[in-house]
Amino acid sequence: MKIIVCIKQVPVRDAQLRIDAGGRWIDGNDLGFEINEPDAYALEEALQLREKHGGEVVVVCAGPPRAAQTIREALAKGADRAIHIELESARSDTLALARMLAEAIGPEKADLIVTGLQSDDLGYGQTGVVLAEVLGLPHATIVMQVEKTEGGVRVRRELEDGFFQNVEMPLPALITIQSGINKLRYATLMGIKKAKAKEIRVAKPAASETAPRVVIERIYAPPRTKHTEMLEGTAREAAAKLVEKLRFEARVL
Amino acid sequence: MSLETLAAARQLADAMGTEASAAVIGDGAEALAGELKGISRVWAVNHELLAPYTPDGFTAAAEQLIRKTAPDVILFPHTYRIRDFAPKLATRFDRVLISDCTGFRVDAAGPVFVRQLFQGKLNSDVRPAGPAPRFASIQAGAFRTDDAAAGQPAIESFMPDLDAAAIRTKPGEPFRGAERAVDLTAAGIIVSVGRGIREKENIAIVEELARALGAELAASRPICDNGWLPMERQVGSSGQTVSPKVYIAVGISGAIQHLVGMKGSRTIVAINKDPDAPIFEVADYGIAGDLFEVVPALTEAVKKAKG
Repeated sequence: MKIIVCIKQVPVRDAQLRIDAGGRWIDGNDLGFEINEPDAYALEEALQLREKHGGEVVVVCAGPPRAAQTIREALAKGADRAIHIELESARSDTLALARMLAEAIGPEKADLIVTGLQSDDLGYGQTGVVLAEVLGLPHATIVMQVEKTEGGVRVRRELEDGFFQNVEMPLPALITIQSGINKLRYATLMGIKKAKAKEIRVAKPAASETAPRVVIERIYAPPRTKHTEMLEGTAREAAAKLVEKLRFEARVL
Repeated sequence: MSLETLAAARQLADAMGTEASAAVIGDGAEALAGELKGISRVWAVNHELLAPYTPDGFTAAAEQLIRKTAPDVILFPHTYRIRDFAPKLATRFDRVLISDCTGFRVDAAGPVFVRQLFQGKLNSDVRPAGPAPRFASIQAGAFRTDDAAAGQPAIESFMPDLDAAAIRTKPGEPFRGAERAVDLTAAGIIVSVGRGIREKENIAIVEELARALGAELAASRPICDNGWLPMERQVGSSGQTVSPKVYIAVGISGAIQHLVGMKGSRTIVAINKDPDAPIFEVADYGIAGDLFEVVPALTEAVKKAKG
């Protein structure tokens, strides 16, 4: 099975974010970066499928030069090779990005493409679905289980409220992966060593002919509409104040 | 969520000086259409190939309706199903869906949507550039159902032209993942634990608090993903939606997927070492401190109060 995993490099989860001078994005200086968590689950799923069925896992990442670090880490975990679509800092829209990914991925003729269900920074949750449409592939989203079948794959889609649904589709296909589908592995020392020799092909995308279809006009701290009463003091003092609130305001004690 | 989105659509239409109508796709379209109010028209889109739901089927049906009716804006509720096909639909029109919006405003150049970034830490104003149509989905709870809406809409039927060969996925019947032994929706008090707990063994501290309060224990998704608590204790968009008298969030940052599952709680308490965590935006009371000190202190204070 030839599996392509689309990954994204995002600021680390607990990063202190500062809005940049232009007010349209965050200041990238002094920021740590890591693989988008749902994409880590997608990568793990691809590696497990390769272990079961053989084949190749190719990682594709669209991002600035610093994304190479995250790509190496994916190779260290066991991906066979990678394609780095080097983007300039200018933001593009989901469809423009999907077209760039399609250009790099199309010639690979993969059996399966996996992506995380959404990114932890923008959170649009669409790149996989749009990519499937651009490539003309069937897709399924928010997937919690993947099984290869005679005719293609059977996946378990997560639905709201604790429900699930199995969906069958032929290959080639695209799946967006939900976090928690599997247990993430750590890169071993051997893996890190081997990664140094693995191929990362750098692709520079053709300049986009269209203007961005969506524009972020500004980003800002969310306005505090709710008046939160912060209970100050030592742990003991704050706890005592909270008990007062639970007793006299919420009336549950 | 559909009724909330309908309310949003009516507000947006008013702001844009135009009309709102609705479309219901698939099985039971006519019946559902009858429940909608405050708009002039509802399209009941039906075809035997639209049952069950598939992204290929729904995208084709919606595409044909949009080409026929040429709306300025198409709004969706941000449900799992919409996430499954609306981006595909937008691509057919060379557009990008502005997803999971919490608000909007309208100026001379058109609508501008508000959506959250970085799991709720920041907001962004996003403008769809270019001409109609524009696609956006609305976050659960961002708008209130407009019960005051009056007026029965005219129901129009639309049967799209669908090809069975173009529907490539075969879905099965939905089923429950696990026997739900715990009904969090029935709990009066819920104590919920998130990533801040750091390790599985530490959950015992929070369990003790829950016991002292006579509360049910719940968790954010990552805790369940790790297998530290069963999936049935998950509160959030893929777990249970709860609205107890008191919801105490311990070490939970307040990512969007979690908030949509509990922001309707009567009283929300947040305990988190980061005073800027998004959870404090919905909390009535907050303690910005180390949960490993605060929770045991709270347990003790509760036990003392109960005598």
